[in-house]
Amino acid sequence: MDSRKETMTSGKPDPFRSAKNIHENSTWQELTCGAEIYEPATSRLVNTGEWRVLTPVLEMEKCKHCMLCVPFCPDICIPVKDGRRLDTDLHYCKGCGICAKVCPFKAITMKREEK
Amino acid sequence: MAIRERMSGNEAVAYAMKQINPDVMGAFPITPSTEIPQYFSKYIADGKVDTEFVAVESEHSAMSVCIGAAAAGARAVTATSSAGLALMWELLSVAASSRLPITMAVVNRALTGPININNDHSDSMGCRDTGWIQIYAENNQEVYDNYIQAMPISEYCRLPIMICQDGFITSHAVENITLLEDEVVKDFVGEYEPAHYLLKKDEPLAVGPYGVSPYYMEIKKAQAEAMKSAGERILSVAEAFEKISGRKYGFFEEYRLEDAEMAVVVIGSSAGTGKDAVDQLRAAGIKAGLLKIRVFRPFPMKEVAAALSGVKAVAVMDKAEGFSACGGPLFAEVRSALYDLEDRPKCINYVYGLGGRDVTVGTYETIFGELAEILRTGETGEVYRHIGQREGEE
Repeated sequence: MDSRKETMTSGKPDPFRSAKNIHENSTWQELTCGAEIYEPATSRLVNTGEWRVLTPVLEMEKCKHCMLCVPFCPDICIPVKDGRRLDTDLHYCKGCGICAKVCPFKAITMKREEK
Repeated sequence: MAIRERMSGNEAVAYAMKQINPDVMGAFPITPSTEIPQYFSKYIADGKVDTEFVAVESEHSAMSVCIGAAAAGARAVTATSSAGLALMWELLSVAASSRLPITMAVVNRALTGPININNDHSDSMGCRDTGWIQIYAENNQEVYDNYIQAMPISEYCRLPIMICQDGFITSHAVENITLLEDEVVKDFVGEYEPAHYLLKKDEPLAVGPYGVSPYYMEIKKAQAEAMKSAGERILSVAEAFEKISGRKYGFFEEYRLEDAEMAVVVIGSSAGTGKDAVDQLRAAGIKAGLLKIRVFRPFPMKEVAAALSGVKAVAVMDKAEGFSACGGPLFAEVRSALYDLEDRPKCINYVYGLGGRDVTVGTYETIFGELAEILRTGETGEVYRHIGQREGEE
């Protein structure tokens, strides 16, 4: 039996599907077999920041750019450029508040996001 | 030319594995399946195959090895029994939902509690709903033949598969067997060439991602559809297998069922004893028949109903206790299948043979006697029954 040359799922071919074409409105037929993902770095497509309830608000004038918040962030939300931290990248921020807790200068406060 | 041999069921599986030469075996010994990796290790040591054997510290790890290997693009196999299968439980669902076509030889043995090494089907019945295809054998020839068909089914459907046989009864009993030539098996099973795999150089791949609520249900639906369509593949592989072997397989075997008034439904080696009982009853003018289930997952519901549509009373025999307080797992499936018939037969359940308790021609005579009584009186009575246990006063 030549089983592999016709790899199929539910009688249909098992094609490449890009993660950007798979979303919360995709039907079961539009998912990949076994929910496989055929590309790298697809987490950029998923806005996990939407889980957030509280948002870190940075007062730039209080910030001394000591960089303590950067390694404490459990995700990768604090961009650094030329030795200075920039505003928080909220795409991945879950609002955990660790950055506010560790800041020695109280430059970060957790606030409810206004919609 | 077919090869006439004598071997045990375990040896037959190991021999089929040798002919297929899979890429990876992850296995941990447990009675009565131990001989399969044992025989196979000798083939590896003797240079007959070039399979990577991964000796692990538990069955949980054995299945993990198979999952990793299959995701990497390898043809992965394992073998286990009883508590070993139970320890794999978590990973069985991972293998199935990741749609990894792993082939597992299950040598059925009673689950521990109390500890027991003999045959019943509580181990594989316990994991019947994990998304694996399950095919059962009556004898050594069937387990060999089923094993050869396993990968063309599993790899095509992208569903893992269990090839089950009865511990000791077939796994350790030496029987005459007809083997296929190596080249015939190799041609039939073919090479494993998955479309996507982790070691594919130019395609980054993630396997087993987190399935959040907006996706989980769709993933499960796709898996359920794959299992529904697996039946068609099982039949087409059986048809192709008949061409190379001359031996015919389907979802089940019907034995003297065409004009039967009463029938038993059974899985595995007990069917052989049942056929003897049917022959004796037929010789006495009683219209008895037998349906032996080969494919339990996917369950051939419509076909079972059609096969039993002319029968007036059916006893479904479960070699596994389900503790549902209303019957064993095979009974639940068969009785459900019969529900859609216009004129459905009376249907009772017998839980039998637990932990290696003998089933004899006399057992079947008692069961057919009870079916005859149901037909005479028209009263089904208690449907959930046990047979073969010692009984005290009520």
